[in-house]
Amino acid sequence: MGKVQAPKRNQTIAARRRRWAVLGFLGPNLIGFLVFTIFPISASLVISFYEWPLLGDAVAVGFKNFLRMFTQDPVFWQISFNTIYFVVGYIILNLVVSIGLAVWLTSGIRFAGLFRFVFFLPVVAPMVANSVVWRLLFVPDTGLFAAALATIGIEAPNWLGSPNWAMPSVILMSVWAGFGYNMIIFIAGIQAIPASIYEAAEIDGVNAWTRFRHITFPMISPSIFFATVMTLISALKVFEQPYILTGGGPGSSTTTIVFYLYQQGFQNYDLGYASSIAWMLFLVIMFVTAIQFWGQKKWVHYA
Amino acid sequence: MGSLRMNRGKTLKAALSQTLLTLVAVVMIFPFFWMITTALKPAAEVFSVPPRIVGSELRWHNFIDAWNYLPFSRFIVNGLVVSGIGTAIVLISSSLAAFAFSRLHWRGRDGVFLIYLGTLMIPQEVLVVPMFMIMRELGWINSYAGLIMPWAFTAFGTFLLRQFFMTLPRELEEAATIDGAGIWTVYWRILLPLTRPAMGTLAVFTFIGYWNSFLWPLLIVSDVNMATVPLGLNMFLGQTGNQWNLLMAAATISVIPSALLVIALQKYLVKGIALSGLGGR
Repeated sequence: MGKVQAPKRNQTIAARRRRWAVLGFLGPNLIGFLVFTIFPISASLVISFYEWPLLGDAVAVGFKNFLRMFTQDPVFWQISFNTIYFVVGYIILNLVVSIGLAVWLTSGIRFAGLFRFVFFLPVVAPMVANSVVWRLLFVPDTGLFAAALATIGIEAPNWLGSPNWAMPSVILMSVWAGFGYNMIIFIAGIQAIPASIYEAAEIDGVNAWTRFRHITFPMISPSIFFATVMTLISALKVFEQPYILTGGGPGSSTTTIVFYLYQQGFQNYDLGYASSIAWMLFLVIMFVTAIQFWGQKKWVHYA
Repeated sequence: MGSLRMNRGKTLKAALSQTLLTLVAVVMIFPFFWMITTALKPAAEVFSVPPRIVGSELRWHNFIDAWNYLPFSRFIVNGLVVSGIGTAIVLISSSLAAFAFSRLHWRGRDGVFLIYLGTLMIPQEVLVVPMFMIMRELGWINSYAGLIMPWAFTAFGTFLLRQFFMTLPRELEEAATIDGAGIWTVYWRILLPLTRPAMGTLAVFTFIGYWNSFLWPLLIVSDVNMATVPLGLNMFLGQTGNQWNLLMAAATISVIPSALLVIALQKYLVKGIALSGLGGR
């Protein structure tokens, strides 16, 4: 305050010093961000308009890769169907289980922390390890699931080897591995609901279902919305579970879109086609997220 | 009398609920339990009919065999190096950038931040093709740099810490500035200590993300000595074929660090998920 008449020269020195400070603070991150995010995302778009083998010369082909995807590649349709199948099955089961267990765990259960640990552990364990364990459980005839069913006289299907059962098996395993994450979100949401609301409901004598339907569900609907968006995006990107459990088979019945991207790019070395698949996935993710944000007005109640 | 009956009904209901939930938890933990018991069985008894939880002997030696079959100590060291250095870079570079976005004034700041925001939704999977080509140009295939650097500068950490910085009151730093503190002092001595909870949460999730990452190591690591734990487990799966007891021993070894992490840092994990949906699956 004392230096009201600071000389002009000092001001420019201060300004220059500030500029260096901005560069120093922002620089490291910004350079990395430009090299490892902005450049690759742009490059990915460019590559998707090329025929780009791993070795050899790239040729610009316009929209050929995208046309191939939609008109000449029946496998792509199969893969899209598989991905939608997984996404729908996974999200519904995941939400039902995670909301159900969150409500259950907050209903005055003892050792809730221990239960939470049990349900949450697969979320933090490497997905590859989770998948390897379930591959053992799914072994036909002699695996635990098949053997357990056999003891009660039921002949189990060849879980991962049958075109009809492979995808449900992958979904089941993925729900086991992933629901704990959403459960934590919902527990936090439920714990934030004022106890007075439930006390009022208790005086009115409402039953558990009504309490859930008219208090818990609307009060945690922002959490449910958030969890649905995140789960949907992660489900669209599923890779490890089919890679380890089924290798995408039998046939291509459990090959999902990221798996297909991997096959095209890094097994067939068709980087152009892989990039156009990557961009399709990105567009779908943006589209789905936009729809969800638009649709939330209808059912999310923000306090 | 009526209320007594009601209370008894309530206690019964609570006991029933407790028992049922315990049952559910047993079912949920069973795959891991089966993993451990299978890891301790002799090879011939993995698929005994009818299935038996415990084999005729506890073969602890399976763990040693698994450990020596592939260089597992190497996988763990690689995982620690990649996750540790990656997490350090993320914390340092994003907290510096977050400071620039929340406390420094410069032309174009909001525009650049908007670009950062716009990239939050780009999945890693969309970037792997060009990223692979960059790695090839840099000669980073089969290297720590290749495993770490591509994912150490994403917008997420910067975004999260910037949001956190915005909630901190400015009075403290204004007082410090009047006392003659420079920009660095304000960042290092005043803001960073206050940011510890957010930094801790970001650290835990970044570490887990690196540790569990599979697709990227699968693409750029072919040398068994550079594999991280999930990739090593996959190599194990490819090489042992049907030696399930050894494979389960390897799986157990790779789940143990995660279990320890959850036990030690459950608070950070829960807080991080509840507040910001970190590390979504």
